[in-house]
Amino acid sequence: MTTDTISDVPAKAPLLDSLRKLLRQDSGLVPVLAALVLLVIYFEIRSSVFLQAANIANLFTQAAVYVLLAMAETWLLLLGEIDLSLGWASTGAGMLAGIYTNVQYGWPWPLAFILGLLAAVLVALVSGFLTVKFRVASFIVTLGMQLVIQGLVIYELDKVFQGGGVPVQDAVLRNLIAGDLTPVWSWVFVVAVIVGLSAITVWKGIRRRSAGLESVAFWKVALRIAVIALVGVFLGFIFSVNRGSFVPVSGIPFAVPIVFLLVGFYSFLLGRTKFGRYMYAIGGNAEAARRAGVPVDRYRIYAFMLGGLTAGIAGLMLISQLGGIASSSTDPSIVLYAVAGAVIGGVSLFGGRGRMVGAVLGGVILAVIKNGLTLIQLSGPAQYIVTGVVLIAAVLVDVLGRRSQQLAK
Amino acid sequence: MTETSSSTSDYPAKPPVENSGGGGSLVPLLALRGISKNFGPVQALQRVDLDIPAGQVTALVGDNGAGKSTLIKAIAGIYAPSSGTMLWNGHEVHPHTPRDAADLGIATVYQDLALCDNIDIVGNMFLGLESTNTGILDEIAMELKTVQTLKDLQVSTVKSVRQLVGSLSGGQRQSIAVARAVMRDAKLVIMDEPTAALGVTQTANVLSLIKTLSSRGIAVLVISHNLNDVFSVADRIAVMYLGNLVSNGPISKYDPSSTVELITTGASERVEPHPLHTFA
Repeated sequence: MTTDTISDVPAKAPLLDSLRKLLRQDSGLVPVLAALVLLVIYFEIRSSVFLQAANIANLFTQAAVYVLLAMAETWLLLLGEIDLSLGWASTGAGMLAGIYTNVQYGWPWPLAFILGLLAAVLVALVSGFLTVKFRVASFIVTLGMQLVIQGLVIYELDKVFQGGGVPVQDAVLRNLIAGDLTPVWSWVFVVAVIVGLSAITVWKGIRRRSAGLESVAFWKVALRIAVIALVGVFLGFIFSVNRGSFVPVSGIPFAVPIVFLLVGFYSFLLGRTKFGRYMYAIGGNAEAARRAGVPVDRYRIYAFMLGGLTAGIAGLMLISQLGGIASSSTDPSIVLYAVAGAVIGGVSLFGGRGRMVGAVLGGVILAVIKNGLTLIQLSGPAQYIVTGVVLIAAVLVDVLGRRSQQLAK
Repeated sequence: MTETSSSTSDYPAKPPVENSGGGGSLVPLLALRGISKNFGPVQALQRVDLDIPAGQVTALVGDNGAGKSTLIKAIAGIYAPSSGTMLWNGHEVHPHTPRDAADLGIATVYQDLALCDNIDIVGNMFLGLESTNTGILDEIAMELKTVQTLKDLQVSTVKSVRQLVGSLSGGQRQSIAVARAVMRDAKLVIMDEPTAALGVTQTANVLSLIKTLSSRGIAVLVISHNLNDVFSVADRIAVMYLGNLVSNGPISKYDPSSTVELITTGASERVEPHPLHTFA
């Protein structure tokens, strides 16, 4: 039998062709990793402080909010939707947790946290329901929802403390960002992550090989494990160094394992279950998913709810990081960082392409830009410009990848 | 196309010969009797009688607006006929939705509507019917089944079943869509212009896939404007003209010029007019 392959079309220019090929096969995390490495090298050259233990710990806690918001928006973008209310929903969730753990109410922290998260999920559920039921663009529904929540949050803040805002008074809420694992537990965490990820990789290879299927080359597996171990041990050492000025401070901030576990869980859902497969299917071709029997509308609402839940967790981190929320300290542009983080991390605006790990890296890039520019005394305006340029570059990579995929047909 | 007797696939190989012959007393897989469809005052189908036997390729030809698409949509459960009956293995059926038709074993292959570009071949083959092991996707079982199905259908043009469907050519996408229908135990595969917009090699691949399907006992109904393709692959021809089925029968009764005459004028001196109930 004769064969027809994608190479029916003769290559015009070998370089252009190989570039196109690279873009066509979901180049995945390569562009975002390259951008991250370049930024880190640049800032380390410009500022000797950048890679010091204190700053890296600082960077990780700064990144937590961006990373969680990018992950939240990823649930929506994967389905070709968007939720513009996530920024204010997260602020609202953080505010509720702050208010109800305040001495004035004195709720136990789990109750207050759950209340905040429930509020964020409820808002997303309403947006999702309106989007699905009335077939309105999620862009418009959530734009309206954003304004509603913004009004509610500012009203509530001014009502509670007459313009003073909500300070964080609960130890658990404060320690989400400010607290650290003990050095011993930090190493336990690092070793567990390295062993866990390596075991999954090796186990997958062994199973595929024993079923007689093509499996990843041995050197690739070895390289992957080596990189994971190297990064893990490097961070383990960085975090075990004393970084305090007056009192000794060391260990991994609580935010890191929290975010890590969430990423692991979401990646598992997306990559290893029917649930995740259907999310990608709807984002790729909703009509095909519907014909295959996927309850498309229900999954759309799930995506909104997961986005809301994740934004709620981001809100807890946000108020913990700021030490409190006042109506004057709320940031209306926070939602744009959610979208930017996801897109920089390679999550396609057109739906169906992208990974949670990408959103994490995108969020980290936003934090690196903010942190690095502050260190070289270029905060404020420069931060907007650099973030904007990186975002546009990321969108171009997305569009080019999509276009070359269509040309391939 | 040679057929090995020791097939390891789950679906049946070619059925006994008498089931696939014309003019026998056995019931055809699908029999349409007096199917009419009107959209308001417009009569799109007028009392169409057609038998579609298992294990044969039936080509449905006709000019634009002759009613071909309406007919396959009626079979596929997209339009309910205004009157007439559909007999599936001799039993009257009324598929009201594409889902009903699929449950009977009628699969309509739309290459663009059925596949997700962002998911690999294995994922697309099993979309909606994933195998799981304690809630986790059983990728190995699905990959093995996919490889086996493609091998059974002699689809040898894809490099890896882990390729994203978006990177495939039109012919390959068509093959995957068909393989997916076959894996879901389709008894009748309907294809609308499967070779339109395909290159020469890809067309040859799709035609040989159609022959493989019929040799496995599956009934194939193909709409095509390309008479070269029709005469190289079809066992039977059904000609439509202005909503009427004007002629149908084994391909040996037709030649390209008489077929063109039927398509354009609805009649041909060289073919007996309107052979109703070929099987009855």
